[in-house]
Amino acid sequence: MNAGILLLLPFFSALLILLGHRQLKGAAVLISVGSSVVAFLASLAFLAAEDNEGTKMFLPFIDAGGFRVGIDIISDKQSQGMMFIVTFIGMLVHVFSVGYMKDDDARPRFFGALSLFMFSMTGIVLAGNLFMMFIFWELVGLSSYLLIGHWYDKVSAAEACKKAFLTNRIGDFGFMIGILILFGLNKGDVSFDNLQDAFVQGGALFDVQKANPGLITAAALCIFMGAVGKSAQFPLHVWLPDAMEGPTPVSALIHAATMVAAGVYMMVRMSFIVTASPLAAEIIAGIGCVTALMAALMATQQNDIKRVLAYSTLSQLGYMVMAVGAVAMAAQHGNHGAHAADPGHPAMFHLYTHAFFKAMLFLGSGAVIYACHHEQDIWKMGGLRKHMPVTFWTFTIGTAALMGVPLLSGFWSKEAILGAAFDSGCRILFVIGAATAALTAFYMTRLWLVAFFGKPRTDSAHHATEAPMVMILPLAILAIFSVISGYDILATPLQAMKPPHVEGHQTVFWASLIALLGGTGAALRLYRGKDTDPVSIKLFANKFYIDEIYAVIVRACQDRVVWIVTALERVFVDGIVARLPAAIAARIGAATRMLQGGHLQGYTFLLGGGVIAVVYLVVFVLPRLGH
Amino acid sequence: MSILEIIIALPLIAALAVWAGAPARPVSLGATFVNLALVLFATVQYAGKTGLAFTNSRPILENPAMSFAVGADGVSLILALLTTLVMLAAVWQIEDRPDIFHIASLLIGGGALGAFLTTDVFFIYAFHELALIPTFLMIALHGRAEPAQRKAVAWKTTIYLGAGSLVLLAGLAWAVLEFSGGAKLTFDLEALRNQARLTPLPVDKQAQIYFVLLVGFGTLVSLFPFHSWAAPAYATAPTPVAMLHSGVLKKFGLYGLLRIALPLLPQGAQVPWVQNALLLMLLGNILVMGLVTIHAHRLDDTLANSSVMHMGYIFLAFAAGTDIALKGAVLLMFAHGVSIALIFGLCGRMRNQLGTLEYSKLGGLAAHAPAFTVLFAFGVFASIGLPGLTNFAGELMIFAGSFAGFKGTLTHLHWTVILALWGVVMSAVYMLRAYRGIFHGGANTGLFMIDPALSQRVPFILLATTLLVTGCCPWLLLNLMKTAL
Repeated sequence: MNAGILLLLPFFSALLILLGHRQLKGAAVLISVGSSVVAFLASLAFLAAEDNEGTKMFLPFIDAGGFRVGIDIISDKQSQGMMFIVTFIGMLVHVFSVGYMKDDDARPRFFGALSLFMFSMTGIVLAGNLFMMFIFWELVGLSSYLLIGHWYDKVSAAEACKKAFLTNRIGDFGFMIGILILFGLNKGDVSFDNLQDAFVQGGALFDVQKANPGLITAAALCIFMGAVGKSAQFPLHVWLPDAMEGPTPVSALIHAATMVAAGVYMMVRMSFIVTASPLAAEIIAGIGCVTALMAALMATQQNDIKRVLAYSTLSQLGYMVMAVGAVAMAAQHGNHGAHAADPGHPAMFHLYTHAFFKAMLFLGSGAVIYACHHEQDIWKMGGLRKHMPVTFWTFTIGTAALMGVPLLSGFWSKEAILGAAFDSGCRILFVIGAATAALTAFYMTRLWLVAFFGKPRTDSAHHATEAPMVMILPLAILAIFSVISGYDILATPLQAMKPPHVEGHQTVFWASLIALLGGTGAALRLYRGKDTDPVSIKLFANKFYIDEIYAVIVRACQDRVVWIVTALERVFVDGIVARLPAAIAARIGAATRMLQGGHLQGYTFLLGGGVIAVVYLVVFVLPRLGH
Repeated sequence: MSILEIIIALPLIAALAVWAGAPARPVSLGATFVNLALVLFATVQYAGKTGLAFTNSRPILENPAMSFAVGADGVSLILALLTTLVMLAAVWQIEDRPDIFHIASLLIGGGALGAFLTTDVFFIYAFHELALIPTFLMIALHGRAEPAQRKAVAWKTTIYLGAGSLVLLAGLAWAVLEFSGGAKLTFDLEALRNQARLTPLPVDKQAQIYFVLLVGFGTLVSLFPFHSWAAPAYATAPTPVAMLHSGVLKKFGLYGLLRIALPLLPQGAQVPWVQNALLLMLLGNILVMGLVTIHAHRLDDTLANSSVMHMGYIFLAFAAGTDIALKGAVLLMFAHGVSIALIFGLCGRMRNQLGTLEYSKLGGLAAHAPAFTVLFAFGVFASIGLPGLTNFAGELMIFAGSFAGFKGTLTHLHWTVILALWGVVMSAVYMLRAYRGIFHGGANTGLFMIDPALSQRVPFILLATTLLVTGCCPWLLLNLMKTAL
């Protein structure tokens, strides 16, 4: 089976590299890159599969006592389109990494983890039920942990990978509760197809929704918590900027284009449950909106090229999540009537265009970092335009697409999201969406100006040279896709990605145009020809102090509670359950002298003797008493 | 003669042989290796069957009816497999230690096999006691602490487990007497189960006896608040004993609950006061011990406390009582046994090489010991429930089994599951903190270790592979349990 190859190929690649990573050496790179290329070809075949095959079991996992969890493959427009993105960008990142990781001694480990990631991500995309999705959800967490911690001897990387895993665990805590609630309510069936059917009139969940809407809201929000963790939404967003400690190709593939988008992918799959609960839809839209705005504000004051892009990713993910909520709100008001899970969800559209231009921007920043000898501070770059023309031009296209310059891919998808926010009936969403668009234009123009224009500010920037072919080729390909992915030429085979018709709201169009011009104009005025940052806003530069607040909470709550509980456990359990009887016994008599004396053999003998005595009593004496 | 009798006798005979002067390592390795092969053979033979197999009974007493009866179903075979795997790994990693290490390991393993594979309540109990005694002695004689301290720990363990065993004995005797109804006493488990099916005891009485058994068996499994023997015992015990006791012998209490208490007293387990008491106690295991584990400053302390904590999840299955949850419990017993043995074994090696397990003194070990680090990671990620390793499948089944009858109102059980899920987050916190502190970061503490030689890695590779294979294909084990538990 075709889709099975997609899943098994990277699995065996990862396993092989794990087993033989000493012996394989360079061959590990070949295996991993080769499997990614084959996976891409297989995904084309998967994409071409004419009809929706529905959900089919591929491999068994658990089947006991009426509890079934299978590795079920769902084959519909959404999974086919997402599969294309994952394998396509995955392949390009593999190729790019061959150049980027050339001098790293731990290349086999890196490529092994990359294959493990491809396996896990494929699993998420193909998952036909919630349990399977959870399984691969955790596995992408593992591969992300391994890749962020690739340079584990660096303290910052070691801390970052731990933080990423733990933050995601908090999200998964909610995710699992949500799954369990639906599992119980829908009589043990959590396949996406059947859950969706259960929400239709007459279905099991439809009745629950009528009788106990709070429970459905709770389930929806719990499921959403998984997405909050994985897609780094406020308040669990703190791990993503730190995840930039990983090698840059990883940031492009995992922390920009694919894994962090998994939360959005999952929420679009589950959009029927969001539509079923007005409160959940509002909260989801609100969280997305807050994340989009907050991250954009933080991005305006970052100096590390990768961090600017990381906050931008947060902000764009916030956009997508907002779209999930907004579309559901619109459907609840009857604005569209169309089922929210229909192909062409605005969130999926933006996910898809964003994947190309953001992966491109990250790989571009990787090329810059590589050329500047691992310098990441934009204020220590400058003038790179002349030294790295291909990188410059591709980066420019990516920047323009992200800002939403008309006719580039980002423009169309941002329009679709702002349109959804406009239709949701909640004006705040639309206003904040437009404001975020202006901020996006601002910080991207700032980044672009400071890094590529002006004079080189350091030696490493001065001596920068264009990256090798193996790195700029993926950049060029992604740049092309950043331009065309909004048009029907690609959108037709990838039906799930583009909304069937984006009606042009006049207001939306003008708002986004004004936002673009305003943001770009402000940045040009402020940053043109500057060698230091003329603006300094501590609150934004310090990320609203959220990390510090969390650190205080952890210290105050967790560490203190831990200390108190440990003390209580020692005093009460050990003291009262163990010592008190011992103390009483000590008063009673001579027998305890042995206890304190430490004649262990003697005591063991006594214990054995006691046991035999009791057995003797029970077996031989008690029955006779009965007669 | 049943194959099970050979499996039980082999380690005991090997122990005798070593005691009599036979070369310790070849004999004990040979015996454990053959034993593993025999258990695997029996397991393959059993696949597809249901009910007890390989039965054989040798009467010993007429009245009360008592016989040396063996027999195994899927549950006992899974636990026997666990025992032989851990025994092989534990014996393998004993190097240059006195013969008594081999003898004790063989006795503990043999006793556990006896307890899992016999079907007479008297022998189930007696075999467990046989396995306990070497545990105490090894802690006292060869524990990893000053003599005074290790004796104190041995005492504490002995008193706790001795008291637990006595409570258990009282409960068992009570049950056996109640079922006899004044007529002929029997210790035959199958006969007792039949009686429980035909003439169940009154529900109140069931609840009372079940509670006594719960406390008795529970103490052996470190059920909160009867757990405080466990952490010092595991931190002090010599490595093979820690591996065997935490990995295998501790599962005896759970096996007893599943095999004796639940079938004989099915309604007693579901009486609200019993269930609520159990929920409270297991929350103590998960939440209180989870927090205590976070507080630990040494690796052995973390592992010992985490092992106490994880028992809470298995008790959760008993509180839920559904077939899915109980099968998940068996899977988790297996998984926990393998993963904790793996990680205790590695921890022992670290202590030998480094002389300390204080987090404040360790760091950056991954740089010079990559293979060791990968093996350790298997243990870490298994115990925090990562999918693909066996523990996850067991935990998932227990959680799902607890939610199987969810009708829209959250009962105590469901709230407990939610709190227990928070425990999964806590496990990740302390395990990843430990892993980060020991292996990641710069290697600038002055302490470093090198990878063990390939032959020394074998026991750990065996355990890690087991976790991976049964973690990706949990149905391999689950298929052994076709009938409802």
